[in-house]
Amino acid sequence: MLAATLAISTLAAVFGLLLGYSAVRFRVESDPVVDQIDALLPQTQCGQCSYAGCRPYAEAIAAGEADINRCPPGGEATVLALADLLGRDPKPVEGETKPPSVAIIDEQVCIGCTLCIQACPVDAILGAAKQMHTVIESECTGCELCIEPCPVDCIYMVPIAPDISTWKWPFPAGETQSADREAVSS
Amino acid sequence: MTEQAHKLHRFHGGLHLPRHKEESTRDPVLPMRIPARLIVPLRQHIGESAEACVAPGDRVNKGQLIGRCDTYVGAAVHAPTSGRVVEIADHPVPHPSGLSAPCVVIEPDGRESWGESRLPPIEDYLDADPVSLRNRIREAGIVGLGGAAFPSAVKITPRPGQTLDCLVINGAECEPYITCDDSLMRTHARGVIEGIRILMQALKPRCCLIGIEDHMSGAIAAMRDALGGDEAHGIRIVPIPSLYPAGGERQLIQVLTGREVPSQGLPADIGIVCQNVGTAYAIYRAVAHGEPLISRIITVTGKGVQHPRNLEVLIGTPIADLVAAAEGYTDEVSRLIMGGPMMGFALQSDAIPVVKGTNCILAASHEDVAPPGPVMPCIRCGQCAEVCPAQLLPQQLYWFARAKDFDKAQDYSLFDCIECGCCAYVCPSNIPLVQYYRFAKNEIWAQERERRKADIARERHEFRQARLEQEEREKAERLARKKAALAAKQDDTADDPKKAAIQAALERAKARKAAQEAEQMSAEKADKEPSG
Repeated sequence: MLAATLAISTLAAVFGLLLGYSAVRFRVESDPVVDQIDALLPQTQCGQCSYAGCRPYAEAIAAGEADINRCPPGGEATVLALADLLGRDPKPVEGETKPPSVAIIDEQVCIGCTLCIQACPVDAILGAAKQMHTVIESECTGCELCIEPCPVDCIYMVPIAPDISTWKWPFPAGETQSADREAVSS
Repeated sequence: MTEQAHKLHRFHGGLHLPRHKEESTRDPVLPMRIPARLIVPLRQHIGESAEACVAPGDRVNKGQLIGRCDTYVGAAVHAPTSGRVVEIADHPVPHPSGLSAPCVVIEPDGRESWGESRLPPIEDYLDADPVSLRNRIREAGIVGLGGAAFPSAVKITPRPGQTLDCLVINGAECEPYITCDDSLMRTHARGVIEGIRILMQALKPRCCLIGIEDHMSGAIAAMRDALGGDEAHGIRIVPIPSLYPAGGERQLIQVLTGREVPSQGLPADIGIVCQNVGTAYAIYRAVAHGEPLISRIITVTGKGVQHPRNLEVLIGTPIADLVAAAEGYTDEVSRLIMGGPMMGFALQSDAIPVVKGTNCILAASHEDVAPPGPVMPCIRCGQCAEVCPAQLLPQQLYWFARAKDFDKAQDYSLFDCIECGCCAYVCPSNIPLVQYYRFAKNEIWAQERERRKADIARERHEFRQARLEQEEREKAERLARKKAALAAKQDDTADDPKKAAIQAALERAKARKAAQEAEQMSAEKADKEPSG
């Protein structure tokens, strides 16, 4: 009895020490789960989830404070990916999902106040005080954060037009449709 | 000449399909008249789009460069005939989406004048430097004419450490209805053989095999004539059994050499380059005659046209002109398909131009495209797996694509699917399997694109955060420094003179005291001396 108790306690002590040591020795600075969640988010930094960006939202999800369905730009795909990663049940996305867009500045109206430049989370707006501003379209994430601060309302969101290189085959419909002759020779 | 038969191999699965090739091969190839308008898309190949280097209103010569492409994977675009550039604008192009893309629209003047635009012919091409041949193939804007339109110069440039020891020439043309390669070999066998010899000069392979399906007896005979037998100059003509899709690059390589292209790999990984007979002919025209790729042979066929035949067409000719050359539509026409019935795609209109990769325009009749029946649930019969030439599990891929479980679909080698359509053809439940695979592939690519975009956005956002923090820190530091400097200055001006004065006073007092003491001591000494 005594021997058994001693053996178990010794083992427990040894493993405890080992665990304690490895916790110190192999300490990971950032939470790997947060990184994994952050990698799945669309990085628009739009704040529609009510957090100050994608990373804070990822931290909130990891801490169990936020639900996984609060990212409208990510849409269903992001919810499914998060559900898969975290082993939670997928839910419908909260908030309205819009088609991907970019901001366009009406350069005739812009007064060069730099407020939008300060609001842009990814530095996608170019300009200087009292100089006309413009959006670097390829860098714009479509977060809409520049619209609110503009004092002359000269920023618009324009949906990205589909082009051949980004076109996708649709999910197959149940049946193929037969076109008629008029459609062919139009 | 060796009479020993070439040992053939077999690929997995495949189908014997009704060929429908006789309709379009009754008449010789008809060179088409120059159309009223040519719409030349700037992107007709895999890779980056070419950039227009002419302006509306410019006069262009036949063969003049109109689209420059400086990226490695890309192809130049040339004016198919002489005329005037009318506009450079978006027009519908042959693509399953039916979307528009930038095109150069030319109004031909009918003079067909080359001007200075012909490239200098390389006369001694069988002794030419491989690099100059490759450059010519690039300059001439030649792409794979089998349908995929991959830039040929890229394909025949070995990557570092790679040896390409076998050249496979694809004359199989396995898909029903299509006969353009058959016609080309019957009409221009000499040019095709010369093109192959140029490719051999550029590549220096150990062997060269031309695979032609055995039902194309006319083409085989013409090629034998041109070559002077079954085997000459290291080139060998090999008739192969007709089995769809024997003309698939991987399948043809397997049939001819017995070697399998690795999963997700390229033929170059096993030292093989595969080129279409049409490409070989285009290469011959470019090298020996200095003509860029501006025309090709296209099959116009199906029950929907009056007179199915092969036409020699300028790139950019609207499909309506091709149909007119085939004496117009019949009452049966229901849909236009670019490519064959198995791998082609439906076109929205006949105003769309033909491009370098167009091999066939199929005007399908109502019965050809009649829906095969309602889609029914998969009964797991396994016929799709039996016919799959890539040895995949089409049924599993179908489940995963349908459930949008793309990781799983990739685990089951979705990207090895060549979209040949065999699985959908045999499916007793009429499931449009290939459409599911295309959907899944596109979704995966789109996700990949979005991930890349997100990574850039994340990087920019983090950089911005870091910059803002740094600015904040610098501001705080500056403020602290200013404060300290101010404080120090106050110390200097207010305290120091006082201190110094006190210090000086103290020192003066000390000195006086010391002097007094010294005086006292010497006085005492003087007092004692006389007495002692």
